[in-house]
Amino acid sequence: MSKEGYAVEGRQRDIDFHLPGNQPEMTPDETRLRVEELRAYYGKSLAVNNVTLSIKTKKVTAIIGPSGCGKSTFIRCLNRMHEVTPGARVEGKVLLDGGDLYGSGIDPVEVRRRVGMVFQKPNPFPTMSIYDNVAAGFKLNGSRDRRIIEDKVEKSLKMAALWEEVRSDLHKPGTSLSGGQQQRLCIARALAVDPEVLLMDEPCSALDPIATAKIEELIHELKDSVTIVIVTHNMQQAARVSDYTAFFYLGELVEFGATGDIFTTPEKRQTEDYITGRFG
Amino acid sequence: MQGEPQVINRPLGRLLTRASGKLVHPDAQVINLGDRFFYTLTRGLAFCVIFLVILLVLDLFRGSWEAIRQFGLKFLVGTTWDPVARQFGTLPTIVGTIVKAFIALLLAVPISIGSAIFISFYTPKWLRPVISYPIELLAGIPSIIFGLWGLFVMVPVIRVLQVWLKANFGWFPLFNGPAVYGVGVLAGSAILAIMITPIIAAISRDILLTVPRTQIEGMLALGATKWEAIWKVALPYARTGLLGAVILGLGRAIGETMAVTMVGGNSFDLIHSLFDPVHSMASQIASEFAEATYSLYVSSLIYVGLVLFGITIIISLLAQLLLWRLSKGRIAILE
Ligand SMILES: Nc1ncnc2c1ncn2[C@@H]1O[C@H](COP(=O)(O)OP(=O)(O)OP(=O)(O)O)[C@@H](O)[C@H]1O
Ligand SMILES: [Mg+2]
Repeated sequence: MSKEGYAVEGRQRDIDFHLPGNQPEMTPDETRLRVEELRAYYGKSLAVNNVTLSIKTKKVTAIIGPSGCGKSTFIRCLNRMHEVTPGARVEGKVLLDGGDLYGSGIDPVEVRRRVGMVFQKPNPFPTMSIYDNVAAGFKLNGSRDRRIIEDKVEKSLKMAALWEEVRSDLHKPGTSLSGGQQQRLCIARALAVDPEVLLMDEPCSALDPIATAKIEELIHELKDSVTIVIVTHNMQQAARVSDYTAFFYLGELVEFGATGDIFTTPEKRQTEDYITGRFG
Repeated sequence: MQGEPQVINRPLGRLLTRASGKLVHPDAQVINLGDRFFYTLTRGLAFCVIFLVILLVLDLFRGSWEAIRQFGLKFLVGTTWDPVARQFGTLPTIVGTIVKAFIALLLAVPISIGSAIFISFYTPKWLRPVISYPIELLAGIPSIIFGLWGLFVMVPVIRVLQVWLKANFGWFPLFNGPAVYGVGVLAGSAILAIMITPIIAAISRDILLTVPRTQIEGMLALGATKWEAIWKVALPYARTGLLGAVILGLGRAIGETMAVTMVGGNSFDLIHSLFDPVHSMASQIASEFAEATYSLYVSSLIYVGLVLFGITIIISLLAQLLLWRLSKGRIAILE
């Protein structure tokens, strides 16, 4: 089905492509992350303006929008990574299970353990083996017991669908893997910390189609255990993997809703134009 | 090099290339000529350097030949340096040089790497030059100035420290020496440490600034504190470069002449404590050369130079080996 097809025929709601969670009205999903009036600045310039939305538990939420519209900035606010950039600042609230991540006395380090992140370019630690890469975060606060760590590494690699490929090479450097494997290694590394939410900033943009398909499949399996927020430039990918979609434009949230609705019956003109490829 | 097609960067060149369907720009001949010129030039210069090194080694051997024939390798383990008796052995100064250099490293490395970490990771960008500039300035100060400062300012302080150490911890063999001189191993090491700290710090800072943000953020995203990210990711990532910086500092400490001549205490006896005065090999050559009145004496001093040269080569080879071991198994870094 062509991209245009969504917009034209989609209005009748008889969509024939796979839409996992397109009936939020029938089974109201639980909210894991509630973002309220979020503003993010770089120095004086405003990159994310007044965003309010809810991210549902064990669902995949896709963030789409043209380049520079603040997608990366937005998800970096969800694990307090934005403030790592010098001069960057956040206003508003991000409630994780009701508790404000930006509340006073909240340790960003603790936040990042609960909200993990996978970056655009795979960034395994080159001086560590595959095993140590996966164990790196877990060892920070987890057990020192070797058996427990080994179990955790195996479990995480299995979750990231990488175990079979690397089980005999665990001592090799993480950078000896292919790009797609490296990205799954980074996913395993993030999963080893047992995050409640996993943020992914264009995790496939540096990968070829086969590696991309593997990651998408993985996202599908992961959502049974973790809430996922994924930034993507690829509209088809958003349609394939997500339950909810948020469309950002010029730092603002233009439209947010079930992926099926966004892709078939967008309410805003801008969303429709973007999805149908008329701009962006 | 020569067989490859010319890559043209200019937009016009691209256009022409595409239009004509050929990979070679019409100007390629011209570009090629310039390319060749620089290739030949740089190759020539590189060979010049190698040639000079070979010449230097040959000359060192020629100059020290008389002493080599006379003393052989015993020169390296002999402990008497007696020009009157025409007896030369240089073990004490070899030991003195190496001990001073390593103590200097021990003092300088934590300070310099620490300050490099501070500048690279904890200082806002605008403040970095304010802190870095004095360090670079310090690195450029001539060693005689360090020597003078050391002699008049540092040595008196060291003397007090040594007397106190001896009085309270004199039972410890390293502190059981002639404390009241002030000049000696400790003073020499301290001045060397002060001299190499800015060098190691400046290079380490440049190295640490090259650690990609994504590496550090990758660790932070796992719930690491900033310090954990620096310690477990940034420093390991930069380790080969940091090691290089340290080796450079060590090289300077071993070859340093003027400042250690002034505060090292110039004795030819084997050291037993941190307070004993002893020559470094470089200071030994510099201060004795004018007094070398007969050829075996001169030849022995050149032999010392040859040994010093050998030590620096061994150190750099060990460093290469270490670097190779560190980077072994590391394939491409995806950044
Ligand atoms: N480190 C920074 N300092 C200053 N401004 C920044 C910085 N990073 C991003 N910006 C600005 O913030 C805005 C949003 O950037 P952001 O990276 O969030 O966009 P994005 O939607 O992720 O784009 P892309 O799809 O290209 O990754 C842009 O206008 C950008 O210029
Ligand atoms: Mg981005």
